[in-house]
Amino acid sequence: MSTAFLHPPFDTLERQHQAVSFGVWLFLVSEVLLFSGLFAGYGVYRELFPAGFLAAGRHTDIVFGTANTAILMSSSFTIAVAGRAARADLGRMAWWLLVVTFGLGVLFLVLKGFEYREDIANHLLPAPAFAVPVPGAQIFFSYYWIMTSVHAVHVTCGLIAVGRLIVISRNNLAWLSGSASEDATALYWHLVDVIWIVLYPLLYLVGRAHG
Amino acid sequence: MSDTTFVPAPPLDYLHDGATLKSWLLTTDHKRIAILFGLSITFFFFIGAVAISIVRLELLTPAGDLVSDDTYNKMFTIHGIVMVWFFLIPSIPATFGNFLLPLMIGAKDLAFPRINLLSWYLYIGGAAFTVLTLILGGVDTGWTFYTPYSTMFSNSSVLTAAMGIFVVGFSSVLTGVNFIATTHMLRAPGMTWFRMPLFVWAMYATSLVMVLATPVLAMTLLLIMAERWFDLPIFDASRGGDPLLFQHLFWFYSHPAVYIMVLPAMGVASEILTCFARRRLFGYSFMVYALVAIAVIGFFVWGHHMFVSGQSAYANVVFSFLSFMVAVPSAIKVFNWTATLYRGSISFDAPMLYIFGFMGLFTIGGLTGLFLATVPIDIHVTDTYFVVAHFHYIMVGGSVSAFFGALHFWWPKITGKLYPERLARFAAITMFVGFNLTFFPQFVMGYLGMPRRYHVYPPEFQVYHVLSTCGAAVLGVAYILPLFYLIWSFRNGARASSNPWNAKGLEWQTPSPPPHENFLTPPIVEQPYDYQPADIAGGRDAR
Amino acid sequence: MSGFRYSLPEASHNAGQVDFAFAAVLSIALAIFITLLVLIIVFAVRYRRGAPASHAPLPKLLSREIEIGWTVATTFLAIFTFWWFVGGMGLPPRDAPNQLEIHVVAKQWMWKTQHPEGAREIDALHIPVNRQIRLVMTSQDVIHSFYVPAFRLKQDVLPVRSTELVFTPTELGTFHLFCAEYCGTQHSRMTGEITVMTAAGYRAWLHKQPHGDSLVREGENLFDKFGCGACHSTQSQVHAPKLDRVFGSVVVLQDGRQVRADEAYLKKSILDPRADIVAGYAPIMPAYGQYADAGDVEAIVAYLKTLPKQGGKP
Repeated sequence: MSTAFLHPPFDTLERQHQAVSFGVWLFLVSEVLLFSGLFAGYGVYRELFPAGFLAAGRHTDIVFGTANTAILMSSSFTIAVAGRAARADLGRMAWWLLVVTFGLGVLFLVLKGFEYREDIANHLLPAPAFAVPVPGAQIFFSYYWIMTSVHAVHVTCGLIAVGRLIVISRNNLAWLSGSASEDATALYWHLVDVIWIVLYPLLYLVGRAHG
Repeated sequence: MSDTTFVPAPPLDYLHDGATLKSWLLTTDHKRIAILFGLSITFFFFIGAVAISIVRLELLTPAGDLVSDDTYNKMFTIHGIVMVWFFLIPSIPATFGNFLLPLMIGAKDLAFPRINLLSWYLYIGGAAFTVLTLILGGVDTGWTFYTPYSTMFSNSSVLTAAMGIFVVGFSSVLTGVNFIATTHMLRAPGMTWFRMPLFVWAMYATSLVMVLATPVLAMTLLLIMAERWFDLPIFDASRGGDPLLFQHLFWFYSHPAVYIMVLPAMGVASEILTCFARRRLFGYSFMVYALVAIAVIGFFVWGHHMFVSGQSAYANVVFSFLSFMVAVPSAIKVFNWTATLYRGSISFDAPMLYIFGFMGLFTIGGLTGLFLATVPIDIHVTDTYFVVAHFHYIMVGGSVSAFFGALHFWWPKITGKLYPERLARFAAITMFVGFNLTFFPQFVMGYLGMPRRYHVYPPEFQVYHVLSTCGAAVLGVAYILPLFYLIWSFRNGARASSNPWNAKGLEWQTPSPPPHENFLTPPIVEQPYDYQPADIAGGRDAR
Repeated sequence: MSGFRYSLPEASHNAGQVDFAFAAVLSIALAIFITLLVLIIVFAVRYRRGAPASHAPLPKLLSREIEIGWTVATTFLAIFTFWWFVGGMGLPPRDAPNQLEIHVVAKQWMWKTQHPEGAREIDALHIPVNRQIRLVMTSQDVIHSFYVPAFRLKQDVLPVRSTELVFTPTELGTFHLFCAEYCGTQHSRMTGEITVMTAAGYRAWLHKQPHGDSLVREGENLFDKFGCGACHSTQSQVHAPKLDRVFGSVVVLQDGRQVRADEAYLKKSILDPRADIVAGYAPIMPAYGQYADAGDVEAIVAYLKTLPKQGGKP
């Protein structure tokens, strides 16, 4: 490995890689706490309004939700394989896998957009004409909108990071294996995926067990 | 003097390594970023000070005759927001922490220099929203943003104010991530965990709190903004929401935030005390455990802000117990500092005077915390001036005193210049006197029932308010004085050697001001605080 | 400058306790503080630079023992203080038999109080001495806090929910009432006066008050005005829960939970009837939050507590 990727405060590339992934892990802990504030509130209100949450949960669109879950999990897979490929000096393949990851991420956001449009058409914005007349349902949907939109912001940030990898490595495939950026981006992307996997049952599966 | 190590044609120091504005605004040097932070927080310190001056002047008389009630409410709100988020929280970490952490562990820079610069830009982004809030007419919710007032009733610029704090929160998180990663990854050979200066430990503990608590605040503010903007029912009791949930989330951050402000001060105190007492720190390892214990227990005491909120009596008892427990490590620290003085060789330079002030005022702040942890007493004094006095003793008496101590102690290292010692001692003593005159009367009137955030008040409390306002005037002088003589010193002061205090610690092994990558030769790591009183002229060693 | 306050009357049953606790914690704090202060001053003088004093290091074993010693001592002191002052005094007092229940509605920026016989006051409250008072409080808008320094008592007042304050005034006189939770523009003007009178004086005062409807009567009127009886009376054909002896009963809800029908539950059921649907009933009742203000709801609940009336309507 060349030292072209070594940045000032570090003396060895290995240490630098360790530091980057350690730093990203710390940041991810912080991100988890960001969402945990929402999860805590969700938990409290679900306890207070079990009926409202069950009723409201049936109004989210499980088709979009499930499709998006599949998409995001696939993208996590492709970015993980991209990392392996980069380390195995299959630079071109890694690059294309990143492009696929990016595409899946965009697809996720597009579907989310269609889902939002449908939700709005179905009067699922917490407002006077709200569609589910059960107490607590509006609170459920407040959490639905906030959680999914904060998550969408994270997907967007992830897309920017993945896009950055794609652009930089387009003519410089060695950079993918040499710099710590691919690892860091993949870690972040996995977090985005993991958070969605928590959101999916909270928002889409709740209330559906009873048919 | 120990700075006789030979220096071949010294490279430019960080202050002169590039003179253009661009070389400052795009710098990744932690020392320059520390200076950028230093200037920004000084600006906000004076905004906060102007706001509170208006409040204190208004309170000279019981009637609301100087400003309107709305203006008064906006002034104490902006004072709180600015002082907490734009001064105190970044004060020691983002300036001295930024400057010293890499130096103290023998690193060339923080682990992520560009992220460090991003922290400053995020701070400036948050600051811009805060200034925008002022331009739009201010915000009147109090720094605590209690719902449903902030979400449904206030007519002021809640959105921009909350947005400013939301953004500046990410600055804290990134600084914390950077500090933790640096401490783990970039310690010089020989710098083991238990050889690190207490200041580095303090930064480490502070960073943990920043990384874990700040995001919860960010989310809480986001909920406030969403609720206000889109009329969501999350905290709206009439639609099933729970305003107390907001208080729980808010204090889950804002109590640990107190430790973000005071842990760094404890680190500073340990550095300065040992240097001017020429003494090893008494109970080093206990000091480390105490720091970490405060940071950890501090996460579980938030409910003591809510004893009268309507939370259950049992929750009150549990939170009360935990609050008593967090007092133990704080007390241990004060005992250890005191014991450090024993058999020392103490000199009374300005930094040491500030730290004596810190010890006294922090102790009073901590001990009055016991009253507030005791549920029946808290029920009486919470939301009165007793609480105001208590947290100012911790946050101003403690943290700000230590901040000024640090400013004087490391000034020669940061600027390469000496400050005028006699003026500095005068300022330190004035600050101590002014502080007590301002805040001690507030304990008394608080116990007598004077509620906080009152624009008009019953005349029987006037004597205390007049004393307090006089004290604030003295305090104002004490804060402005260093501004002038430090600027003078920066321009005209005598050159400082690399180690004017004859202090231990790696930061003193490099020239003042340090060069771009900090060390010309790899620093030599010793036991921490390896001071020998005997090597000071005039001291007489018993052995 | 008209007079200045240097002491605070102890005008309720618990004021003395709070002052005692304060004095005790103060002595502990002072003992610690003075010890530290003396040590710091003595060390600072004795070990000042240039003074002839020993600088020898402490034996490691000794410093370790000192360290463990004061850690343990401080921990025990903290636990002891907690146990003494919180364990014993942290819980609210028990109900007395002749308790006087007064309803308080807080709004920006005034206190409205109502006595059981119907007398109403604004920013004032007259109460008899040595009789246990229960304040049932709610807010019409934001969070306020009912604070009477002379009683050493404070309780936040929340929208929709009720909070309570139980105390016994023990001293005659007029005392400050403050709003202690910041509530907006005129927060500092949301003050009032608590007048503690003799039992006879209180009866005479009540007698002189305009004979407004009592809270219960007012509740009954509102009950009629809103047409509650159309569904909830025993004669009604509509399938709705009957309200005789509803207060204090245990209600089984649709989702299987059991709740006690206390004031908070009744209030919530009026404002937000679909929150807790009683098992076996359809959720057909509209929410009355937009028609009834906080005071109305207080009154209706007070009326519901009296059901069934002998020969009364429902």
